Amino acid sequence: MSETALHSQEPQLLEVSIGPQHPSTHGVFRMNVVLDGETIVKLKPVMGYLHRNHEQLAENMSYLASMPYTDRLDYICSMTNNFAYATAVEKLAGIDVPERAQYIRVLMAELTRLVNHTLLVGFLLNDLGAFFTPILYAFREREKILDFFEATAGSRMMCNYFRFGGLKSDLPAGGLEQVKKIVNNYSRFLDEFERLLTNNEILRSRCQNVGILSKELAVSASITGPMLRASGVNYDIRKVDKYSIYDRFEFKVPLGKVGDVYDRYYVRILEMRESIKILQQILKQMPEKGEIISAKGAAAGKSPRMWKPPAGDAYGRIESPKGELGFYLVSDGTPKPYRYHVRPPSFINITILEDMCLGYKVADAIIILGSVDIVLGEVDR
Amino acid sequence: MNIEEIKTDLLKHVPGLELTVEGESFVVPKEKLLETARFLKENEKYRMDYLSCVTGVDYLAARQGQPGQAAVGGQSELASDYLESVNHLYSMEKKQGPIVLKVRVPRNNPRMPSLTPLYRGAEYQEREAYDLFGIVYEGHPDLRRILMWDEFEGHPMRKDYVEEDQDVR
Amino acid sequence: MAVDEGLKNELQKQGIFVTTLNEIYNWGRRSSIWPLQFGLACCAIEMIATACAKYDIARFGAELFRPSPRQADLMIVAGTVTKKMAPMVVRLYNQMPEPKYVISMGACAISGGPFRDGYNVLKGIDRYIPVDVHIPGCPPRPEALLDGLIKLQKKIDGQKIDQMDGYKEEKNCEYPVPQYGKKGLEPMHNPDTFTPRLDWPEKNTKGNLRMPNYKPQAAPAAPKPQPPPVQP
Repeated sequence: MSETALHSQEPQLLEVSIGPQHPSTHGVFRMNVVLDGETIVKLKPVMGYLHRNHEQLAENMSYLASMPYTDRLDYICSMTNNFAYATAVEKLAGIDVPERAQYIRVLMAELTRLVNHTLLVGFLLNDLGAFFTPILYAFREREKILDFFEATAGSRMMCNYFRFGGLKSDLPAGGLEQVKKIVNNYSRFLDEFERLLTNNEILRSRCQNVGILSKELAVSASITGPMLRASGVNYDIRKVDKYSIYDRFEFKVPLGKVGDVYDRYYVRILEMRESIKILQQILKQMPEKGEIISAKGAAAGKSPRMWKPPAGDAYGRIESPKGELGFYLVSDGTPKPYRYHVRPPSFINITILEDMCLGYKVADAIIILGSVDIVLGEVDR
Repeated sequence: MNIEEIKTDLLKHVPGLELTVEGESFVVPKEKLLETARFLKENEKYRMDYLSCVTGVDYLAARQGQPGQAAVGGQSELASDYLESVNHLYSMEKKQGPIVLKVRVPRNNPRMPSLTPLYRGAEYQEREAYDLFGIVYEGHPDLRRILMWDEFEGHPMRKDYVEEDQDVR
Repeated sequence: MAVDEGLKNELQKQGIFVTTLNEIYNWGRRSSIWPLQFGLACCAIEMIATACAKYDIARFGAELFRPSPRQADLMIVAGTVTKKMAPMVVRLYNQMPEPKYVISMGACAISGGPFRDGYNVLKGIDRYIPVDVHIPGCPPRPEALLDGLIKLQKKIDGQKIDQMDGYKEEKNCEYPVPQYGKKGLEPMHNPDTFTPRLDWPEKNTKGNLRMPNYKPQAAPAAPKPQPPPVQP
């Protein structure tokens, strides 16, 4: 009798698959969770539902032909993807970039950072239950920046603007005025956002002390980007590698204390303010005239199917809004890369999703996933 | 970071290590990979605590004999068939790097030790290298397919993989 | 029995509104299409942008994106459909109640798009489910999505209640869900919805993409003891 009594008290675990079609999984991402009541006991992410074999395609095309495909990796921040790829190829082939092109590159990268962090705050609030209102605000600001991208690069989202050794074309007439307007109004928009959100009781009680990530685990799990900095580790590739001309600008690197969801949200708000500072400095320092692409780069772009970089390998990385985005290229002296690999920040940041979610409820797991900031195009490539 | 300096340190502190330098990376035999990585992670001078990128490369000899092509991997002669696993190490504490470690395994028996006991971040990247190239990492806690479905057969990113033709009636 | 236009206008001036049951039924259906919240990839962001304030889809009555397929009547397949995801898409389509419509948004959903040549990409979702409107673009602008929605609304206007496929008793509601095979999906396509054309000029999915002239060699002999991997 004692055996049956014991048996009936054992918890019955329920296995649920959240996704791949789910309103809050940020794309086709699936989490197999094992629940004890409402508490998570085990969590296994399943991905690959958007695996579009980007790396295999790149091995069959010339180097420049993969540039439009890099737009579609992290489809919210297409400019920084282009930036990382251009950096990697320039490292491989030893191509330099002229002054004005460098300034415009950093301008595009920081505007993309603004877009990405704004959207993240919108989507995180959507996961919390504030259905669609913060997204409306976020997309309203994003549309202004996209108008500028469209005027410069020709397309709203998939810009394909960077070339090896520079850019595709110069800014349009009136482009800088557009940027000035965006930058001047953005602080006020951020103040409005913050007034509604940062000290909001619901946000605080749901996000503070949820999904805590310790420093040691973050470093060991190769986490990068705002998620790492929210746990208190000071590592920003813009300051460490000093790629492009980031050493000419003064900006701080905001760090979090606890490493919970609230810290990750707040670090991104502070990073947006630092980006606005960088943009203001760019607008002051940018040279009026200058070349847009260097001579070597122009030669590479003229006949991309004949351009051969030297044999060897190179790993170029930048600080994309989500973390460290790197490209590993192996060249064999032919116009097509022998091996082309993308080091995606979202893919690696999910490594410790299970560790962060254990012991919390399903609703918390959704916002922890939201705070990691993944984009499936990057996770699955 | 000076390549020669790193090489001398590695040869001094890791017993029985045979290194070669190719370009700016070190080719390490697979038996010594964990020891080398542990030394680089714990030594005070280097403190390489951040494993940035783990990836596989397929060096197929038949692929490399194409006309107009230089030998891949910086070698002077065409290499035999092997799979390679490339690891990029950086230091978050000292803000230095990268140190690149390459390990080569033969195609018909691609087994090598996993870096997951030292670096958690290698977990998913090694699973991906297993899924797409077939490199088996010994010591990995959960080695199964990550991007393709479980019933899939073959390793798609290898150079000699033939895909199905979707346009048959 | 349709009413004469002139008579209709005359009666309207007198405050009498005349219509047919078909017209008003279709008007109700097309003015409040509820899409399924189903974004796969980049096109999903443009779909959300269409739903936002600048390109308001609420003007067309379609702003209520339902998370559950049981409550939706339009599935906008936005983004690349991979072979791993295709069974889920078909299953979701089967779960939607009649009458249901599918919009294929973006080049990837129409035919595989820029990612066509690959081992994991399905060359268009119309291989398994019937599609009503195709919207080309990569990604299509929000205005293009609205244009596609208007075309769908016109299509709905032209349907007749007694001839609609979805209401017939013998209609087969379950489209077969493909299973994961060794290299792809089985079956490769649904013959009711798709017939592959075999006379396309470029057959770039045949054979090995990376080495077009590669002939696989004979299987190697028993493995010899390996030479040391370090090259002198």
